[in-house]
Amino acid sequence: MSDIPAGIDLTASYFELFGMEAGYDINRDAIQDRYLDLQRIVHPDRFAGLGERGQRLAVQYAAFVNEAYQTLCSPLKRALYLLEHSGHPVDIEKNTVMDTGFLMQQLELREELGEVRESCDPESAIEAVLEHAEELMTSLQLGFVTCWKSGTADDLEKAADFARKMHFAEKLISEAEELEEQLFDS
Amino acid sequence: MLLQISEPGLSPAPHQRKLAIGIDLGTTNSLVASVRSGTAETLPDASGEHILPSVVHYGTQCTLTGTDARRLAAEDPLNTIISVKRFMGRGVEDIRALGDVLPYRFTRTDGGMPFIETVQGEKSPVQVSAEILRALRGRAEETLGGDLLGAVITVPAYFDDAQRQATKDAARLAGLEVLRLLNEPTAAAVAYGLDQGGEGTIAVYDLGGGTFDISILRLRRGVFEVLATGGNTALGGDDFDQMVAGWILEQAGLDIKALDPEQYRKLLDAACAAKEALTDSDTVSINFDGWSGEITKTIFDSLVDPLIDRTIKSVKKSLRDAKLKAADINEVVMVGGSTRVPRVRERVADLIGKQPLTDIDPDRVVAIGAALQADILAGNKPADEMLLLDVIPLSLGLETMGGLMEKVIHRNTTIPVARAQEFTTFKDGQTAMAIHVLQGERELVDVNRSLARFVLRGIPPMPAGMARIRVTFQVDADGLLSVSAREESSGVAASIEIKPSYGLEESEITEMLQASYTFAKEDKEARNLLERRVEAERIIEAVQNALAIDGDILLSPEERAELAEQARHLAETTKSHDADLIAKTTEEVAKASEVFAARRMNAGIRAALSGQAVDAFEALGADKTEK
Repeated sequence: MSDIPAGIDLTASYFELFGMEAGYDINRDAIQDRYLDLQRIVHPDRFAGLGERGQRLAVQYAAFVNEAYQTLCSPLKRALYLLEHSGHPVDIEKNTVMDTGFLMQQLELREELGEVRESCDPESAIEAVLEHAEELMTSLQLGFVTCWKSGTADDLEKAADFARKMHFAEKLISEAEELEEQLFDS
Repeated sequence: MLLQISEPGLSPAPHQRKLAIGIDLGTTNSLVASVRSGTAETLPDASGEHILPSVVHYGTQCTLTGTDARRLAAEDPLNTIISVKRFMGRGVEDIRALGDVLPYRFTRTDGGMPFIETVQGEKSPVQVSAEILRALRGRAEETLGGDLLGAVITVPAYFDDAQRQATKDAARLAGLEVLRLLNEPTAAAVAYGLDQGGEGTIAVYDLGGGTFDISILRLRRGVFEVLATGGNTALGGDDFDQMVAGWILEQAGLDIKALDPEQYRKLLDAACAAKEALTDSDTVSINFDGWSGEITKTIFDSLVDPLIDRTIKSVKKSLRDAKLKAADINEVVMVGGSTRVPRVRERVADLIGKQPLTDIDPDRVVAIGAALQADILAGNKPADEMLLLDVIPLSLGLETMGGLMEKVIHRNTTIPVARAQEFTTFKDGQTAMAIHVLQGERELVDVNRSLARFVLRGIPPMPAGMARIRVTFQVDADGLLSVSAREESSGVAASIEIKPSYGLEESEITEMLQASYTFAKEDKEARNLLERRVEAERIIEAVQNALAIDGDILLSPEERAELAEQARHLAETTKSHDADLIAKTTEEVAKASEVFAARRMNAGIRAALSGQAVDAFEALGADKTEK
């Protein structure tokens, strides 16, 4: 994930950086406003006079602010960051046993995606897949936030599970979007 | 105050404008613009022409650019280089794939970069572009009456890393300091946005001679934020000409293979003339090689519609990337000479449901936007007036096992950006690792652009899978990538070799700079001294400004005094005629001020964190602003 380059003594968390409490619910407008303020401070164009060194430094800061912004705006990245930030990092690559209900749901969605090309109206078919996947994503987010707010050890474990499931859902969404692109471009 | 640092005569007068220009280095035409008495305007040449055709003619006696060069295109096609932008950062294979019947003789070099054979020897596309830039620089210096601080040079948003690097190299060869590479659509949005002072979502449709770009931007509180960008680096008005040329050949019953380069050039000229005439009339007569006939607007539209279809597809794709619908777009800005074609305007208006903006001359709008940005970067304007947040147009990644590309940074990610990926060894005792950097959207390595190959050496021998090699990608505000790699577990510094796939080697650029016989030796030295002085003055000013704003808060009295003394010493040194000494002292000051700069940024961020007014830390590195 984020890589804070050496030389920056920026110890603020993404939440502090954006002037918000550590939590899953966000105010998108406030984040966007703060993002513009921060970029006004650190963007390399503000250091045009300082030569290569100043530029290098500013590039690192601006990259950090961008990473923070993107993390906070993405439902999955925000969930993972929140868990990591509170001392419960999730290894997303690690295979864990998913509950059968979720696996069935995944299977069905993948099947639906697989049938898009053969469909008589592929464009509507892909839109339907995307809609279903987005619905899944929304319900996973709700599940995550409930567990996160409860905060018991057991629920935090469940929150991590929801994050892993979001990872699956997001992968599906990006595959669907790629297919959509291919369909539109052909 | 410990020290009176702004001694008179040491720094430039505060109200002296620094000369900075914006350059639109186009496929067909190029322009230079600058902000004069508050407005950005394109600069004309001695005969009043603003547009410089992007044509270079290499003759036995001299090198010509612009209209003079274009006049020789039909007569001497082999030595007259047209549309060289299409070859920038490209390999010989790419150029063949452009599908054009090019009259030039290409020679391949080791790096895969093509050179064009001319009577003056082999010329790389970078050198040809540098000729155009040199002509524009000369024009600007004459018109503005002084030495330039630097230039903002525009590139198509869709340009990949190799194409951007080639453009920057061309500027260096032309003796221009690049303040920033700016994406053409962003420049156009700036020209319109500042003009109209609005907020909202803007689509910029830029169809030039050889490239097509589409960008979707959001303008809020003076910040232009690019949401998505797309396009095609090999699609433009030249292709319209090709279509018409093909139609003429078909009508005349001629075979393209039977044409010599001179005839071919004449055919393209006839096609281009017909295209332009059809903007205002419904029928145009064409004469070519003894054949004469008429082309109607309806025929023309049907010829170019498939090309316009491709641009419309790109627009739709960018809208999807930005997660927007056509109805969300508040304004459409038209850029590039090819948007004069009525059919293009019609199709775009149909798609977005709005009449496109064409108030600013589509040929000049990019240069004007670039000049506005150059003015700000030069420190002539309060820097908080405008900020541009651009994105990377194509994904960046690495080759993994099985010839697949693993994306590290996805397209449309806001720049600057830094991301790291960890890899490991797959053999026991492996001490080196080949790293292949790619740019593109496809899964297979072969169809993406190869940017560079690295060999990471010096990995300490370990069992397979134990080494932790961290590869970091960093993209700066120009959209240029730098890659570094490090073995983490041992902390052993590992070396990296970079070999640009389609660029010029650093040594080649140095050689070309030295070989450029534009300057006599003394001239070259004088030029070098002047450049070192400008550089030194720039940093002195930046340091002094920064010290004046918050040197007392962020530095100890000793630190402050030392830095001020170093700046003063540099100011003293610039009076000497020793360019190397000035460069060395400049570097020392730059190094010494780094800690200060870091503290200022941290302080700025902390201030923002604690909810203090951000204004107190505005214009950190730029001039102190007065409102």
